[in-house]
Amino acid sequence: MSRVEGEKVTLEISKELYERAKKWVESTSDFSSVEELIEFLLGEVLSEESGEQVYSPEEEEEIKERLRSLGYL
Amino acid sequence: MVSRPHGGRLVNRVASDSRREKILAEAAELPQIPISVEKAIEAENIARGVYSPLEGFMLSEDFESCLTRMRLASDVPWTLPVVLDVEEGSLVDISEGDEVLLTLDGSPTALMEVEEIYRYDKRRTAVSVFGTDSPEHPGVRRTLKMGDLLLGGRITLVGSVPNPYERYTLWPIETRVLFKEKGWKTVVGFQTRNAPHRGHEELQKTALAFVDGVFINPVIGRKKPGDFRDDVILEAYRALIRHYYPRDTAVLAILRYEMRYAGPREAVHHAIMRKNFGCTHFIVGRDHAGVGNFYPPYAAQEIFREFPDLGVTPLFFREFFYCRRCGGLANEKTCPHPESDRVRFSGTKIRELIERGEVPPPEVMRPEVAEVILSFEDPFVR
Repeated sequence: MSRVEGEKVTLEISKELYERAKKWVESTSDFSSVEELIEFLLGEVLSEESGEQVYSPEEEEEIKERLRSLGYL
Repeated sequence: MVSRPHGGRLVNRVASDSRREKILAEAAELPQIPISVEKAIEAENIARGVYSPLEGFMLSEDFESCLTRMRLASDVPWTLPVVLDVEEGSLVDISEGDEVLLTLDGSPTALMEVEEIYRYDKRRTAVSVFGTDSPEHPGVRRTLKMGDLLLGGRITLVGSVPNPYERYTLWPIETRVLFKEKGWKTVVGFQTRNAPHRGHEELQKTALAFVDGVFINPVIGRKKPGDFRDDVILEAYRALIRHYYPRDTAVLAILRYEMRYAGPREAVHHAIMRKNFGCTHFIVGRDHAGVGNFYPPYAAQEIFREFPDLGVTPLFFREFFYCRRCGGLANEKTCPHPESDRVRFSGTKIRELIERGEVPPPEVMRPEVAEVILSFEDPFVR
């Protein structure tokens, strides 16, 4: 279940998982809250899924040509 | 999907043809700063995305943050300073806000927007990076000899650095295309500066059992007398891959980079560079990037605990050896037998054998690899 409040959305997760996450957050200085941890993890997963191509199709063709000429492909 | 570039975006600071022409046309009017070949290689690595997200030599905010927190000011993990040092007297007519041309042997390498000129404490820098200020440490010695001022700012690459190994040089954007074409979703990076013995092979193959491909990325650059020559390392690896790796599971390409010997900090830096090449995993063995006895044998593995957000998975290995009773390669986690049953891979012993023209035993080095090494009149740096 989720609730939208302004720019933020409230998500529900199991209490047990929340408690484990809270304990972990408290043991490290990397995240200040469970919310920050979850935002970070979701961001990582979603950006990996989206693929975020770092080259254009034209660049890709030129690169493949060089890789072929060097014997890598 | 191979790994995302460090900091989220693969940097490209290579001038387009038109921009390059414009910069070179104005070159005569720009102040020039001669740089060493090592700094020119650093500029090339920045511009080609090896050091993403850096777009230039570090500003003081990033430099300080790197020393004290092992992160950039933006909080992205970053463990080694990437700086341009100059002597104070060499900065005549150059001030913050200027554009300058970085030149190598008189040829333009990069345009630099000098955003900041700042002082730093060399000894403090050495202690932060190397964990010591001992002059016995080569990185410390080099740091103490640096110029008194640091120049920070973005660069635009306009030239290339002479490269005898162009055929083996791939940049991150190229390896990313290559891995995709090979269908590799997971790639383990392997850092080396040595000809391969069986221990190296075992590290790579143990990792390879869990991922799609291995990216063997020898560091090419200034070496110590007695080290294997760069061309020997490359030919030795070619032989190893040809005879002992399944087809399409290994890519061999060089990295031009000057070792700092900063142990744990440098291990993280090595992982970051390979992440930018597209690696999802990175092998960290015993005394990675260490020198002498400056770092505990597995300190370079422990430091990774401080970077849960690194974005590349380190694979930690204990040192491999050949065990006569096991009848194969093992390490202390897999072999119960005493030291007397074990054959260690000693670089010094391998070198001694090769110096005498002898083939190392097959449990230490593959015969095909030894044969290639021995085919060179002198395989070592003198």
